[in-house]
Amino acid sequence: MTTLVSKPIDQLRAFFAGPEERDGAAHAGPKPLWSPYAAGILLGVVLFAAFFVMGRGLGASGAMNRVMAALYELANADFAHGLTYYREYFVGDGSVLYDYALFQLLGVLLGGYTSAAFARRSRLMLEKGPRIGAGGRLTYAFAGGFVMAWGARIARGCTSGQVLTGSANLAVGSLTMFVMFFAGAYITAYAVRKQWT
Amino acid sequence: MDLIAPLFKMEFFGADAAMVWAFAIGFAFGTALEKAGFGGARKLTAQFYLYDMTVFKVMFTAVVTSMVLVTASAAAGLLDFGALFIPATFIWPQIVGGLLLGVGFTAGGYCPGTSVVSVASGRIDGMMYVLGFFAGLAVFPVFFDALEGFYNAGGLGVVTLFDVIALPPLLIASIVAALAVASFFGATWVEGWARVRWPHLKP
Repeated sequence: MTTLVSKPIDQLRAFFAGPEERDGAAHAGPKPLWSPYAAGILLGVVLFAAFFVMGRGLGASGAMNRVMAALYELANADFAHGLTYYREYFVGDGSVLYDYALFQLLGVLLGGYTSAAFARRSRLMLEKGPRIGAGGRLTYAFAGGFVMAWGARIARGCTSGQVLTGSANLAVGSLTMFVMFFAGAYITAYAVRKQWT
Repeated sequence: MDLIAPLFKMEFFGADAAMVWAFAIGFAFGTALEKAGFGGARKLTAQFYLYDMTVFKVMFTAVVTSMVLVTASAAAGLLDFGALFIPATFIWPQIVGGLLLGVGFTAGGYCPGTSVVSVASGRIDGMMYVLGFFAGLAVFPVFFDALEGFYNAGGLGVVTLFDVIALPPLLIASIVAALAVASFFGATWVEGWARVRWPHLKP
C-alpha cells in the first residue's frame, strides 16, 4: 500500500478510507445505521436547538449561494455587485461569506465526515444501481444538482431551509413545498428507474 | 418562566459567538444526516421505489420533534415564537420550486444538505452533484431579472397553520404527532408490500 509517490486518486482513496484502514488495521464492515426514528429525533432536536439558540432553523442552499456570490465577486466584482439577485448580499462592509448559514454548512461538512469515518462508512465510491454505467450516473448527478439549484432559488430555500425548517413551524408555503417535493420525486422515479433499481 | 429564547435575539451573545454556535449546530446536523444514512444516494432515493421509507420517517419525525419542543417551550414562556424566522409564503414559485426539487432529487440522488455529507464521506456522484448545483447557482442570477415577476408571485406574507387553526399550538403539534405515528405504520406496511412485489429491491 505505502509508496513514496502516489497518484492523486490514491491519496483521495486513502483520505476517505478512514483512520482504521489508513493505519492498516483489519477491515471491519460499516457499523449499522441508526433507526429512522432515532436519527429523526436527533435531527428534530438539532432543528429545535437552532431555533432556540439562533431563532433560525437549518439550511444548505443559501450558504452555497453565498459561496457562488463570493466566487463571482472574486472573478469580477463590478459584475457581481451589478446582479439584481445579489443586491442583498453586497451591502455594508462585511464579507458575503461572514454569515450564520455558511458556518453551519462548514459544520455539516465536518460533522458528516467525522460521523462517517468513525462508523467506517467513509469510502471513495460511486452510488448507483446495477443497471447504469458510471458515466450515466455522473450525468444524472450533475443534471439533478443543476435542476435543484433552480428549484431552491425559485422557492427561496431547499429541502433543509423550507421542507424541513419551514414545515416544522407549519409555514404554509413550506408545507406546500413538502407535498410538491414528494410529488415531483415520485413522478420522476419511473423515468430514472434504471439508475437506482 | 422568563422569556430567554431565541438566545441570539435576546443578546446573550454577539455575532462572532453566533458563528461558533452555527458551526456546532451544523456539526450536529451533519452527524444526524449521516447516522440516518443520508450520505448515500441509494438510501435517499429508495423512498421513491417504496421499499425503504427512511427519508419520510426521518423527516416527519424531525418535523414533529422540533414542533413539539418549540410549541412546548413557547407555552412555558421560555421561547418567543414571534421572534423566530419563518419563511414567507410565495405560493406559485414554491409550487414550481418544490416540484423542481423533487425532480432533481430522484435524478441527482441528493439534496443540497445531504450532498455535503456525501462529499464528506467520499461519494464521487455527490461531488458531481455539487458541481451541477454550483453550475445552476452560477446561471440563475443571470436570468433573474426575467424571472423576478414570477419569483414574487402569490406572496401571502408569513402565514402558518398556527395562525389559521384556532387551537393552542401545543395541541396542534400533538395532533400532528399522532398523525405522524399513524403514518409510520402505513409507511412500514407499504415497505413490506413493495419488498414482496419487487423482491430484488433490498435496502
